[in-house]
Amino acid sequence: MTDRSIELEVLRYNPETDSEPYWQRYSVPHHHEWVVLDALNHIKENIDPTLNYRWSCHMAVCGSCGMMINGSPKLACKSFMRDYENLIRVEPLAHFPIERDLVTGMDDFVSKLARVKPYLIPKQDKPVEEGEYRQTPAELKRYKQYSMCINCMICYSACPEYGLIPKFLGPAAITLAHRYNLDSRDGGREQRQEEVASGEGVWECTFVGACSEACPKHVDPAGALQQVKIASTIDWFKEQLSSWLK
Amino acid sequence: MAKVNSKPYQREISNTRWYWRNETYMRYIARELTCVFIGIYTVVLLVGIWRLSQGQVAYETFLQALRSPMSIVFHLVALAFSVYHSVTWFNLTPKALPIQIGEQFVADRVIIGAHYLGWAVVSVVFIFLAGVF
Amino acid sequence: MAKSNKPIVWGPFAAGGTVTAFVTPVLILLTLLAALGHVPDGLTYEGMHGFASHWLAKLAIFAVITLSLWSSAHRLRSTFFDFGLRRDKQIATIVYFMAIIGALASLMFLYCI
Repeated sequence: MTDRSIELEVLRYNPETDSEPYWQRYSVPHHHEWVVLDALNHIKENIDPTLNYRWSCHMAVCGSCGMMINGSPKLACKSFMRDYENLIRVEPLAHFPIERDLVTGMDDFVSKLARVKPYLIPKQDKPVEEGEYRQTPAELKRYKQYSMCINCMICYSACPEYGLIPKFLGPAAITLAHRYNLDSRDGGREQRQEEVASGEGVWECTFVGACSEACPKHVDPAGALQQVKIASTIDWFKEQLSSWLK
Repeated sequence: MAKVNSKPYQREISNTRWYWRNETYMRYIARELTCVFIGIYTVVLLVGIWRLSQGQVAYETFLQALRSPMSIVFHLVALAFSVYHSVTWFNLTPKALPIQIGEQFVADRVIIGAHYLGWAVVSVVFIFLAGVF
Repeated sequence: MAKSNKPIVWGPFAAGGTVTAFVTPVLILLTLLAALGHVPDGLTYEGMHGFASHWLAKLAIFAVITLSLWSSAHRLRSTFFDFGLRRDKQIATIVYFMAIIGALASLMFLYCI
């Protein structure tokens, strides 16, 4: 049921014609069950087919529709219109370059993700005939929360340190490194630490905590990063100690 | 990955005023600023130890100096900031030091509660040792 | 990429943050009582001198002052950065140097008690 209409202000940018982004206002009907993504789809289908944005699953799984909604990084598919006033401002995710309208450049994030080797690196390879790498429920529980990340980049938009220090590896990449480090089947921590414990890694984090507040999947990257700091600190002192004892 | 275009637009961030953007950032800045008051207060303690080492007259001059209105105001502000530091520090502890027993993690409120309890015990012991009662 | 040496400054920061969270509020409360004219027995000259004469008390006072100064210095360093002062190396040198001077001073004063 449409009970009222809502004004949606969208930040537009066309690299072929615009020197900088500008706000464009659209009137959309309000439905109780609509999320902001439904409103964008309504605009695209009925008002302005030139509007660009990413989306796919409409159910907070694919991580494509991250955008700033009234200044906070959110998944458009998880943000109900009914939770907002009559004017909703929608911008591309903060801290990322705007490619076109609500579409941002992901290259920096993707390359950082690759640097931390977010995949299982078994302690020793074994032939398939020897069977699977087994894991107890407790061992699974140890890292499960950190495996819920959908790479939506919302934590990077929430993190002021990433905005101020673009070379910072950032919340999601370090959290994923932590996820694999905690995995009983994994032996790749030493390799990941080369990036994670470097000057561009976890030490740029000052525990603002905004990433965890913004994360739509409750991954709690801020918690992961503090655990990584503690573990890296213990490593460092152990390394010093063992080099003195030699 | 194919480039959508060759002219991405990079938005500027203010190096000096970014934390006005939202309440989370403001709370973070308030938390970080507790260090100013805890730091200055530690210097006050240091001066106290210095005066103590110089003998009774010097130490009593220090105690007298503590009674200035400026000092009282500073104590009140520093107390508020240091309590804010304690609360934020303890509330974030379960994130940094989660405890897993079997399949389950110990609930955050248990870890936080244990720290608050410890904080209360330490405070009472200090007050008792100082001979307040 | 080379691993960072940040742990050497972060370790004492984390320890100091924990210590100050437990003890600073009650210390402020006690000196506030003194500031209001109700000096607790333990904070009078006799009380403090008697307390600080024991080596264990000296050690505790030294630890609290050093860790408090260090954690404040480290946080101040990142706060300067957050306020837009980007000369991190210089700021770090100054704040850590001041914390170390304070720690050495406390060592000297405690030795003299």
